[in-house]
Amino acid sequence: MTELATALQNWEPVIGLEVHVQLATRSKAFAPSAILFGAPPNSLTDPVVLALPGTLPTFNKAALEMALRLGVATVSKIRAKSRFARKHYFYPDSPKGYQISQYDEPLCEEGVLDILLPEGGRKRVKLTRIHLEEDAGKSSHAGAFSLVDLNRAGAPLVEVVTAPELGSAEEAAEFMRALHRMVRYLGISEADMEKGQMRCDANVSLRRRGEDRLGTRAELKNINSFRFVQKAVEHEIARQARILDGGGTIVQETRLWDADRGASFSMRSKEEANDYRYLPDPDLPPLHVDGPLMMNVMRTMPELPMAKLDRFVRDYDLREPEARQLIEAPALADYFDAAIKAHGSDRAARTLAAWITTELGGALNRDGKSIEDSPVTPAHIAALVKLIDDGTISGKMAKTVFDEVYTTGTSPDAIVARDGLRQISDPVEIERIALEVMAASPKQVTAYRAGKDTLFGFFVGAVMKATGGKASPQVTSDVLRRLLS
Amino acid sequence: MSGLTRAEVEELAVLARLELTEDELARMQVDLAAILVHMEALAEVDTSAVAPMTHAVPMDLRLRKDEPQPSLPVEVALRAAPDARDGHFRVPNIIKTQEGA
Amino acid sequence: MIWSSVADQAHAVRTKAISAVELTRAYLERIAAKDGELGAYLAVDEAGAIAAATRVDECVARGEDPGPLAGVPVGLKDVFVTEGLATTAGSRILEGWIPPYDGTAVAQLRAAGAVVLGKLNCDEFAMGSSNENSAYKLCRNPWDLTRTPGGSSGGSAAAVAAGLCSFSLGTDTGGSIRQPAAMCGVVGIKPTYGRVSRWGVVAYASSLDQVGPLTRSVADAALVLEAICGHDPRDATSVVEPAPLLASAPTAGVDGLTIGIPVEYGGDIDPEIAAAVQRAAAILREAGANVVEISLPHTRYALPAYYVIAPAEASSNLARYDGIRYGIRRGEGGLAEVYRATRGAGFGAEVKRRIMLGTYALRAGYYDAYYKKAQQVRALIKRDFEQAYATCDAILSPTTPTPAFALGANATPYEMYLADVFTLACNLAGLPGASVPAARASSGLPIGVQILGRPLDEATVLRVAGAIERAAGVMDLHPPFAS
Repeated sequence: MTELATALQNWEPVIGLEVHVQLATRSKAFAPSAILFGAPPNSLTDPVVLALPGTLPTFNKAALEMALRLGVATVSKIRAKSRFARKHYFYPDSPKGYQISQYDEPLCEEGVLDILLPEGGRKRVKLTRIHLEEDAGKSSHAGAFSLVDLNRAGAPLVEVVTAPELGSAEEAAEFMRALHRMVRYLGISEADMEKGQMRCDANVSLRRRGEDRLGTRAELKNINSFRFVQKAVEHEIARQARILDGGGTIVQETRLWDADRGASFSMRSKEEANDYRYLPDPDLPPLHVDGPLMMNVMRTMPELPMAKLDRFVRDYDLREPEARQLIEAPALADYFDAAIKAHGSDRAARTLAAWITTELGGALNRDGKSIEDSPVTPAHIAALVKLIDDGTISGKMAKTVFDEVYTTGTSPDAIVARDGLRQISDPVEIERIALEVMAASPKQVTAYRAGKDTLFGFFVGAVMKATGGKASPQVTSDVLRRLLS
Repeated sequence: MSGLTRAEVEELAVLARLELTEDELARMQVDLAAILVHMEALAEVDTSAVAPMTHAVPMDLRLRKDEPQPSLPVEVALRAAPDARDGHFRVPNIIKTQEGA
Repeated sequence: MIWSSVADQAHAVRTKAISAVELTRAYLERIAAKDGELGAYLAVDEAGAIAAATRVDECVARGEDPGPLAGVPVGLKDVFVTEGLATTAGSRILEGWIPPYDGTAVAQLRAAGAVVLGKLNCDEFAMGSSNENSAYKLCRNPWDLTRTPGGSSGGSAAAVAAGLCSFSLGTDTGGSIRQPAAMCGVVGIKPTYGRVSRWGVVAYASSLDQVGPLTRSVADAALVLEAICGHDPRDATSVVEPAPLLASAPTAGVDGLTIGIPVEYGGDIDPEIAAAVQRAAAILREAGANVVEISLPHTRYALPAYYVIAPAEASSNLARYDGIRYGIRRGEGGLAEVYRATRGAGFGAEVKRRIMLGTYALRAGYYDAYYKKAQQVRALIKRDFEQAYATCDAILSPTTPTPAFALGANATPYEMYLADVFTLACNLAGLPGASVPAARASSGLPIGVQILGRPLDEATVLRVAGAIERAAGVMDLHPPFAS
């Protein structure tokens, strides 16, 4: 039994997440300079970002609209008047010596987000709050020095805080996936974890199974991939269980997750003691969310992931695992919807889904492409399935055609016409060929008729070979059975 | 609240990142206590039904259009920095962590 | 033309009666001759001033209008951020910083044709009432060089009084324009909070700071105010109302206005100042105003509320001075050492005191008892004014408890804080307020009285100030030092 499994026998993990998501605005939250990943260091600053004396913040409307979209999508209570506060701490990547954030009057409270459980089913996770704040710059460490790049400083973030009710590392990871999916559906963030556009802190505590009282928690910082969420939380559960089982006590502290070493480290901060000294920002009047703004947000809300999942299962009779795969990315779900529309019949949904998730998904995956880059359009997939449906091509031919569409971007109909790929399904034509095959193989005919059934495949193969693979397998089989009996 | 201890003064100085000499600390303790005595008058005022006034003129936050403005050239951004290297602001190493259990 | 009004100087430049360069040189020569003793300027930008004046003259030569302040030489308190011109806020921590941008008020002055002579001395980060907290040098009162010019805009008031600029800009967080104006015998106006953009003004206490002119006449103040007021999208607290038209206000008279005198503003004040207020009231009554007593019951809480709110905001605003992106850096070794050594060496005693005070008031567990409580009291102080303005149009009071005091006179910080006892409430309530010279003490020192108005009603403040100025007969007096 693994250490984790042993730990989980005695201890119940209680996990809360604080997830930061960078909003996909063009300019910064409180400053006018641009946001662009990968720009040369300190090339995206302005007097506000540098916190030059005399500078003042102004607030980006798009950041508010994006945060509101998330608020609406999570059925949060949205404050008509929320407030920005200064959160003070000294750090070289925080140019003002404080971060503009929200404190006791956040934009959103009491929301929910449904997560998909790996074993099937869903769990509704309560969100304590969603608030707006600004990002810090980046520090890189080189020997005795740290180098500070303020390009990212001031980029808008939403911080999503869950109630402490995630029960396992898997659930924590699933929450991250659900939020990632949601913000991408809403079009408010790329949420690319590799670019640091989505980051997570996890509060982990353990309580003895059967007890209600929460244990002392540790906060894990700097978790920046789905995989690491699970690993970091599992590692922390095992660490705490080890301490508790050994009669020790958990210290309330902040720990930094080091993904390279697969371990966490205590951030000893006595010397840099902080008391955030929250202060309503005197430079920023209260943030008022009025009716027209809300109406505009509501009017432009897309279909959300869980609604889409339900619809795919209900209307298209998809199996849940396949439907989950299709809704994972909004572009993929849109692709599927577009394919059904192009095809014209809901009944083809399962076939379309299979083609999209298996053939197309496989090819894209192999080439490291996303669905947005797919050379095969939804109309192509629909046309391909139609060609199979009406017997023009066989399923096997379809795979060849698919490969050709994928490589050249040419439509399936054009490929079929160009290459004369039309399936031969005329029984008379196939009978003529079958008789030729039989005439050329008298020994096999005799043997088959004597009871060697396994030779049936030989005849099918021979007909196929004679037709260059174009003979309808079904018709060929029917004709041969009749002729050979 | 006016009985400000030396330890509290030192703690405040750490929070505010102010290096104070022995003399300054002693002087600060006396001065702050003398000022804070006068702040006690605020407690006399009944403010139970009063909302805090955070801004001199009541107004809502105006929203800026999401249109990026030109950034400062890197050399201008770094020009006034006491220590800049390779396009960065340079500071003594930040990270001080200790391996945990 | 040194002592001519702003309007006359601009007119003379526009009509080529004098060139902007000549006018500018005249002031530059006076600065060179006199400021060594006075200490009003921290930096004189001779080359920049001559270049700006030359542009104005070229503009006039082309037949274009250089603007209402054409060629008028101005001095700026050193909290105004000026592109290419060192800006220190009177602090060591910003020593050597050359800003890459101009603040809005400065840009507006330049656009109106004004010529920036240089940067004026002030208390460090505008914290002080005597200019003695300047990290660079002492500034003296031109009426008596052993006395302070007041503060924190002490250099701005002294320079105007001594004729070392035509007018100046200052900032006022708790009285920092009005108090030195009164002590130096000039006019100083703090407009309604949000009237003048704070963009490009080194912040002291953001919810209280406001920009205003110091001038030799109420008419000059009106002209300058028109040029610098107005909405600025870069300041989220800037009011949307357009700049007021004020040119006719100083001479509009006070007939029919009701002037309130707060009963709470008596107490421990110099008898000559009390007499000056009585005299101003008599002048206004004579001019047709109705003078009544009013009550501002929470007056005595203004000072404690201010000294919680202003230091709290200051402790936050000054967190950016860390020796990383600009200014000085001190300390070897670790980062924590750099922070503490830089700030320890860069800030002066009063700034440190207010940072400590503000840090104290904002700590977890203290916030409600201090900062929040002070903001609630602030709301009550504002309510007092709203109730008073139901019965009067403007309020008359002393500006300062005493005329200019001697350098080094105030032994404790709190004694110094009392110098602003009459001016603080105006900032807490966000109101417009002015100080206008109203009398002369037996010592010869100037005495100013304060006029407060309704929000956005700078016009009435100027009407009342103009009426007092006309009748008080102290307007054309200049300090002997200046001659």
